[in-house]
Amino acid sequence: MKKELWKGNEAIAEAAIRAGCRHFFGYPITPQNEIPEYMSLHMPKVGGVFVQAESEVAAINMVYGAAGSGARVMTSSSSPGISLKQEGISYLAGAELPCLIVNIMRGGPGLGTIQPAQADYYQATRGGGNGDYRVIVLAPATIQEACDQVRDGFDLADKYRMPVMILADGMIGQMMEAVEWHDSKVDDLPEKAWATTGTKGQRKPNIINSLFIDPNESENHNLKLNRKYEEVKANEIRYEADIPEDCEVVFVAYGTPARLARAAVRVLKEEGINAGLFRPITLWPFPERELHEIAKRDSVKAVVAVEMSMGQMIDDVKIAVNGVKPVGFCGKAGGIVPTPREVADAAKDALKGAR
Amino acid sequence: MTHEILISGFGGQGVMAIGKTLAEAGMKDGYEVSWLPSYGPEMRGGTANCSVVISDEMIISPIVLEPTVLIAMNAPSLDKFLPNVIPGGKVFVNSSIVDKKVDRTDVDSYYIPTMEMAQHLGNLRVANMVMLGAVNEVTDLLEEDTIREMLSLLFTGSKADLVELNINALRMGASCANDEACMIRSESQ
Repeated sequence: MKKELWKGNEAIAEAAIRAGCRHFFGYPITPQNEIPEYMSLHMPKVGGVFVQAESEVAAINMVYGAAGSGARVMTSSSSPGISLKQEGISYLAGAELPCLIVNIMRGGPGLGTIQPAQADYYQATRGGGNGDYRVIVLAPATIQEACDQVRDGFDLADKYRMPVMILADGMIGQMMEAVEWHDSKVDDLPEKAWATTGTKGQRKPNIINSLFIDPNESENHNLKLNRKYEEVKANEIRYEADIPEDCEVVFVAYGTPARLARAAVRVLKEEGINAGLFRPITLWPFPERELHEIAKRDSVKAVVAVEMSMGQMIDDVKIAVNGVKPVGFCGKAGGIVPTPREVADAAKDALKGAR
Repeated sequence: MTHEILISGFGGQGVMAIGKTLAEAGMKDGYEVSWLPSYGPEMRGGTANCSVVISDEMIISPIVLEPTVLIAMNAPSLDKFLPNVIPGGKVFVNSSIVDKKVDRTDVDSYYIPTMEMAQHLGNLRVANMVMLGAVNEVTDLLEEDTIREMLSLLFTGSKADLVELNINALRMGASCANDEACMIRSESQ
């Protein structure tokens, strides 16, 4: 396949169209504006629907409607806009509706900044809306990976009937890298027998709903959701581990900081320190057992979480490491990106503390 | 081989376009490439910059902190980024509007009067291409054929004339980079 140079946001939009998405509802916000812009231009060409809604709240509820009728549907936004969508995401999870939500994160809290950040980790992995629910969270570190995750994300959403979120920092949205498009078939998408497509007098009506007023029914619904989430945990964990022999310190990072951590591995190598990188690709479910096994190795003296936040993913790292090794931290906030030197220094601090 | 290029200037000087052309042509020549723009408040009235990495191996970080090549299209860019250039790096200065000289002796400096040259070609808007021509001449990064092919995809129909104009701008920049009067070699060489 030929390589083409694509900007992250535009590539994500193109990947969605190639994955058979024909419905997009959104509202503008930096740094993800190229997604709706691209959709507005290209969706009509494939007979799809693009709506710039009156607000993020309206957009996510349009997603609910389209998903309920069986459409392959997506929305995108950036941090403050994703906050506004949380009620809708909870309803989508409750009603077991598949959709893809893209969050190109910027700094917060509040309106924050338009610069890249990763401060929405808690919101994405713990659920910013009400109730016991989860969404599958995918974290790309390159534009190619972002494109591949769009297709993967739609398929996962359909398979488990739940929302999937792509969580990327602003740099992934704004940068350009080479992309190779893989042929993906979209004419054999799964049947959605549960969708509200009209009975045509042939079957009982389907109902899309997240209200279970009877507590027993409600509990059963929660248990059912939970079984589904356990299944996702068992089958869909994705990660990349680049851990050399005699690795002394393991960085854990996702998205762009994973690339900076990889640069820090090189810096440390020049100084005679063996470092490795563990990159969760699914943030929920987090590759807990896999990281634990690596942390347990005798050579590993410390684990260091690297994030563009004040420390959110580090909670999952600590749960995974479960006390077998000390966990250090390197974090920046508000749109500031850590340098490989700072990341390497955090590793040295962690090693000092471990001795 | 990894070139880490930082291109900086005022909005409207074609800074992003220099970067995109480098990245696109680099990819066509078979290299790994990345292009990362500043998209923050600075591009809304002030200095805009972009990072381009061109490498024959997987690109680790797309963020250029210590450039091997700095292209300073205005004075604030030179002030801000010159200290970060690696020793032995190359600094290209748009001498049409930057009066200052590079105050480091451990880098190669090139002073390219991009705007005078663009004016000479009859179109001020190709000043960025003059600069790109100079950079490419010195770094020997990209094939002229590749750039030409890209330009002919970019400028079609009524704009087809612009291909030759841009190629001429690249050549003019290249010849300037070879002119001893435009160049100050690092003392370490």
